[in-house]
Amino acid sequence: MLVKLISGDTPRSRLLSLIVLLIGLALLFAPFLFPGIKSLDTAARIAIFIVLVASYDLLLGYTGIVSFAHTMFYGIGAYGTALALDAWGPSFWAMGLGTLLGALVAAVLALLIGLFSLRVRAIFFAMVTLAIASAFAVLVSQLSAFTGGEDGLTYRIPRELTPAFRLMKDRILDVSLNGRLVAYYLIFFASLILFLVLLRIVNSPFGTTLKAVRDNPFRAEAIGYRVVWYRTGATVLSAVVAALAGSLLAIWLRYTGPATTLSMEIMIDILLMVVIGGMGTMYGAVVGATIFILAQTYLQDLMGIASKATAGIPLLSELIAPERWLLWLGVLFILSVYFFPTGIVGRLRGEAK
Amino acid sequence: MAEALLTLDGVHTHIGPYHILHGVDLAVPAGGVAMLLGRNGAGKTTTLRTIMGLWKASAGTIRFHGRDIAGLDTPAIAKLGISFVPEDMGIFTDLTVQENMTLAARSGAPDRKRLDWICDLFPPLRTFWHSPAGTLSGGQKQMLSVARAIIEPRELILIDEPTKGLAPAIIKAMTAALRQLKETDTTILLVEQNFSMARALGDTVAVMDDGHIIHEGDMADLSADASLQERLMGLSLEAHQ
Amino acid sequence: MSDDRIRPRFDELSFSQRLGEHAPLLLAPVLAALGLIAIGDPTTWLTLTVAGLAMGLMIFIMASGLTIVFGLMDVINFGHGAFVAVGAFVGVTVLGVLSGWTGTPDIVMNISAILLAILAAMIATGAMGWLFERVIVMPVYGFHLKQILVTMGGLIVTEQMIHVIWGPDALHIARPETLRGSVVVFGAAIEKYRILAVAIGLILFFAMRHILRSTRIGLLVRAGVENGEMVEALGYRIKALFLWVFVAGSALAGLGGVMWGLYQETITAQMGSEIMVLVFVVVIIGGLGSVEGCFIGALLVGLLSNYAAFLVPKVALVSTIALMVAVLMWRPQGLYPVVKAK
Repeated sequence: MLVKLISGDTPRSRLLSLIVLLIGLALLFAPFLFPGIKSLDTAARIAIFIVLVASYDLLLGYTGIVSFAHTMFYGIGAYGTALALDAWGPSFWAMGLGTLLGALVAAVLALLIGLFSLRVRAIFFAMVTLAIASAFAVLVSQLSAFTGGEDGLTYRIPRELTPAFRLMKDRILDVSLNGRLVAYYLIFFASLILFLVLLRIVNSPFGTTLKAVRDNPFRAEAIGYRVVWYRTGATVLSAVVAALAGSLLAIWLRYTGPATTLSMEIMIDILLMVVIGGMGTMYGAVVGATIFILAQTYLQDLMGIASKATAGIPLLSELIAPERWLLWLGVLFILSVYFFPTGIVGRLRGEAK
Repeated sequence: MAEALLTLDGVHTHIGPYHILHGVDLAVPAGGVAMLLGRNGAGKTTTLRTIMGLWKASAGTIRFHGRDIAGLDTPAIAKLGISFVPEDMGIFTDLTVQENMTLAARSGAPDRKRLDWICDLFPPLRTFWHSPAGTLSGGQKQMLSVARAIIEPRELILIDEPTKGLAPAIIKAMTAALRQLKETDTTILLVEQNFSMARALGDTVAVMDDGHIIHEGDMADLSADASLQERLMGLSLEAHQ
Repeated sequence: MSDDRIRPRFDELSFSQRLGEHAPLLLAPVLAALGLIAIGDPTTWLTLTVAGLAMGLMIFIMASGLTIVFGLMDVINFGHGAFVAVGAFVGVTVLGVLSGWTGTPDIVMNISAILLAILAAMIATGAMGWLFERVIVMPVYGFHLKQILVTMGGLIVTEQMIHVIWGPDALHIARPETLRGSVVVFGAAIEKYRILAVAIGLILFFAMRHILRSTRIGLLVRAGVENGEMVEALGYRIKALFLWVFVAGSALAGLGGVMWGLYQETITAQMGSEIMVLVFVVVIIGGLGSVEGCFIGALLVGLLSNYAAFLVPKVALVSTIALMVAVLMWRPQGLYPVVKAK
């Protein structure tokens, strides 16, 4: 039955199954296993990024399309929910409607971009998406009256999701059962469902055709599959899931701004996660997102200690300064593309490409 | 008979997963025109491209003046004195006719006398000398492609189907030009489907099928033997006058 | 005189076809004219137009390397912005060392300082380009997806290394004495530095054009862009040419970086990636592989950005994207697409 739930896409490696299971359980019981604001926040981010990166994997790994507009859709979802909550007050109704609208706008935009650009070469498409996403980010910053500009939007979410709300008087395992917990589980289960939906998609006939289109578009077209429609479909699906992930972020942070959703840095982070984790595997997103966010949150502390310890040696200290963690991730990224083209997941599965 | 100028010995070529040449044995004598005939898909173009180094032979040797060139890269092979007129002509459409010819003349500017001779063979080149090569018609492009290959004296010229899709009048001009070329010291390895042209020009002939040579010999002998033609190529000369 | 415009294969061109072919050349003047109508005041228009030309030419310098490399080698370098940033930082360092030269009101000294900074930047980015090509790019020839990823990785690493070497803060560049401020030309205030930028940009454009049209190397590059295999069959080692073209493209990016840095007067490690969006737009508009297209695209983007910034400030970047979309509607492969043999 479990196999059916994951649409038959098993990890195919003992070690990978173990890792994925551990991550899943850790996230499920995070509030109890890792009490504290920072760790809960990290767990929520991991859940959201797993969905975001998996939706990107759908596009990059399964359909073979490089797009730099993914953070744009992420942002559209986040801003949709944020603007709704900001305009119509902290109700579930507003939250739901905003999320829906965000996903809809993302879908329409993805459709337009897909139909327009997917007839051109891959390189062109990549550059065009980069340009459009940048323009969007600038636009959002500029229309500050509407979007809060550079400062972003802060808003209230339904009371049931805030710490002020008490589910039960008692505590379980010394953790108070408040709205924050409810919010966390909303994020967790929504992420889980979205991930399972993605697994369903890539293991359906649609997903199989996507892979065929990725590997040999000429042949796919010759056999009778309209390549443009499949690519557009993948773009739209990927955009919608990204938008939903954005909505989840908006709910969790109770804040949305260009820096949290639209920045180029996040786009690069997504690329790093999907490549290091393993393209075209979905589980790569799980592994990649977890490693990346843990590194982002905790590795920097480690590097800080190491950097202070080596303060005497000028260049070395600079190289391992905590702000330079991206340097090492960049190196890891390049090495991954060369030596682990199938990512960590591919390695674990024993696949050589 | 003198040792052949070019000898292929057991040459195999793979393109990706496809095994195209299955042990090609071919000897091209110096001087004169060697025809390479065969139906579509027999491997004629692949043979030429393999000789030129554009595709690497996976097995076998290719000897030019006794030296194995199978492992060399294309520029090195070209510098040994082998030039190539590909099936798609390889014209640089953005460059003018003049610039195409300048590029082909590796030692600098084209030799004046030789250029005049070539332009007499192919008058349109003179007319369109300063026009971008992309504006030429198919036949004119073919002329340019051949002209490029002979602007400097070469020992061996590989020509791949120079009359494909051309009007009969142009085929006549091309045949006449190649006949004149024959008079010089150049050896030509010519792939053709047009058998009457082949018969007119060829001194020796090799027939390919399924990636290897099924017949090698003198053109005179093949022309005279209708039943052999029938067997090799499913046609007889009489039927295709 | 040979006509070296890239064009589709026609045996004869009708008048309307000929007009259509030359249309791209008219785009920039038409845009300038529209700008004049929209802005109204001629002196303001003149200031903005010069600013637009300066910006456009600097973008052209940065973009030309990218488009030739792609046309010739079929390699896309998403890390091109790294060379821009490194060029700017090296340039700033050199100018800092030559502060004596930049501080004096002697125009010859000032320009010499800038030229030295440019030279240093070009050597640094050229060397970096050599390394980049051999180490990062060569292993992934022919694999576009991997190229995009790997060169992006290179961009990240380079930006971080800039932080390591030059620190985390933005650096300020002061323009040399004689190039500060503006002159009044026909009643319009025009920044002196921009005039220099336009001059350098035009010199470079004509130099590149000359090399491409009239030298053997240029011939090889133009032929190689179309059909590298045939160039090899004619006896030329085109792979060696690849490396030098990549190095040249990187050096040009470095030059652009110095010029752009002096234009902005502030430089950050991210400036490369920031300008890459405009560079990509220009390359897309011009057509991958075409220097002329790149030039026209750059002028259009420069002019439009400045006009829009004046008329409707909030939509400057969006207007550039809209321009790109409009051009792609008209010519889906850009203004002068290279018709590849394969």
